[in-house]
Amino acid sequence: MNFWGFSISEARVIDYDKNDKTLAQIMATEVPSSKLCIGCGGCTATCSAGNLTEFNIRKLQMLAKRGENKELQTQLHKCMLCGKCLLVCPRGVDTRRMIWSMLRFINS
Amino acid sequence: MNLEGKQQIWKDYQKDIADDRYYYARSCIRQTFFPGSEWAYLDILGNKLGKTVFDDPRHTTCTGIGYHSDVVPVETIMTVVARHFALMTEAGFENITPSCITSFGIYTEILHTWEQHPEWEEKTRDFLWKATKREFKKPKNLAHTSDVIYKFRNEIAAQKKYSLTDVHTGQPLRVVDHIGCHYAKMFPSKGIGGAEFPAVLSGMVNAWGGESIDYPERRHCCGFGFRNYLVMANRGFSVANSKKKFESMQPYEPDFIVTNCPGCAMFLDKWQYTISEMEGTTYGPNGYGIPVLTYEEMAALVLGYDPWEIGLQMHQVSVDPLLEKMGISYDPEAKYKNIRGENIGRPQCPTYLKV
Repeated sequence: MNFWGFSISEARVIDYDKNDKTLAQIMATEVPSSKLCIGCGGCTATCSAGNLTEFNIRKLQMLAKRGENKELQTQLHKCMLCGKCLLVCPRGVDTRRMIWSMLRFINS
Repeated sequence: MNLEGKQQIWKDYQKDIADDRYYYARSCIRQTFFPGSEWAYLDILGNKLGKTVFDDPRHTTCTGIGYHSDVVPVETIMTVVARHFALMTEAGFENITPSCITSFGIYTEILHTWEQHPEWEEKTRDFLWKATKREFKKPKNLAHTSDVIYKFRNEIAAQKKYSLTDVHTGQPLRVVDHIGCHYAKMFPSKGIGGAEFPAVLSGMVNAWGGESIDYPERRHCCGFGFRNYLVMANRGFSVANSKKKFESMQPYEPDFIVTNCPGCAMFLDKWQYTISEMEGTTYGPNGYGIPVLTYEEMAALVLGYDPWEIGLQMHQVSVDPLLEKMGISYDPEAKYKNIRGENIGRPQCPTYLKV
């Protein structure tokens, strides 16, 4: 039971000095095409998982690049690795491999 | 820019503060949580500096907390403030000095409103007459009590018994200041240093031998914000603001925090306990917190007042380590005794925060 009736709100500021950028660096090395993303959201629009849940690939790659890894942990497992996003990406980003790279990092 | 130019610009950040004869407006929060602080101010002004201060028992709350919480209408607060001015006029005073930053902001805001919209002043005069049969003159000078102490900082320095220095190392104490938002953020020209270059507290610190630390979140709000605290669901946001400040000042290893706002002193002091109980985090060395002083308490310590006489035992964060650093002699046994020497009981110890 929370004795206080409230808890300390998390800051919503994106603190680049404190955020862990390791995942972003690994992703850039393992999946160089991830750097080409323009955030159009085509991947999210065609995503089967995103059709039924709040799973959002565009948002996840942005969070990973910002070093905000907390939300990734709760969302990534929803991806079924079907690869439809790969087919629609106008920049040719290897989105499935990007997800796979993030999953490996989170699980390690 | 040459020095003359800088000095000229700095003049724009100063304000007129009356020399003597002050009508004192007490603070709801300060007199409740740190009553010794207001007593110390009155004693310093009256007995150390020889000034005339009128502490009027008829004076009431300015209703600022209710106003900023949307439960007191603007007509009501204007009439209450008009009554304060009427009491000041009846007592034969022209300079009003509120102890509270909220009241200072309220008085400033209302005087400014009346200047811009004279019809509101007329309306308020009418309300006051109907309600109390009183009339008033507007104050010639409005200054916060921290402005008054700032004005006499050198006179206080001339009488000081202790310096803001660590007697063990001889180094100046590292002091972080926190200025109440309603002091100069609403009307920057009404505060010393404006909103950008807060100097009212650092001026005192420097004059009394300490070192003022300009930490990154110095100008950030303490999080009181009235509704932010008064509505329980919002308190998480309130405490998050103080936490942001503590995290910002902690790397500089400050010896204490000094504030000029009653609400800020209370929150910066008591939230340290709350954060320690919620997260186990403390911000001072060895499990202690960072002591929080009001500027009156800081002035009183420098002038050699007894720490328990000015009510430092009312603070949540222990000030004992600071007193030892400053070399102030005090009786630890007298900490929880009243003026008649009777035991007033010890507060329960926090789980993590050392006291």
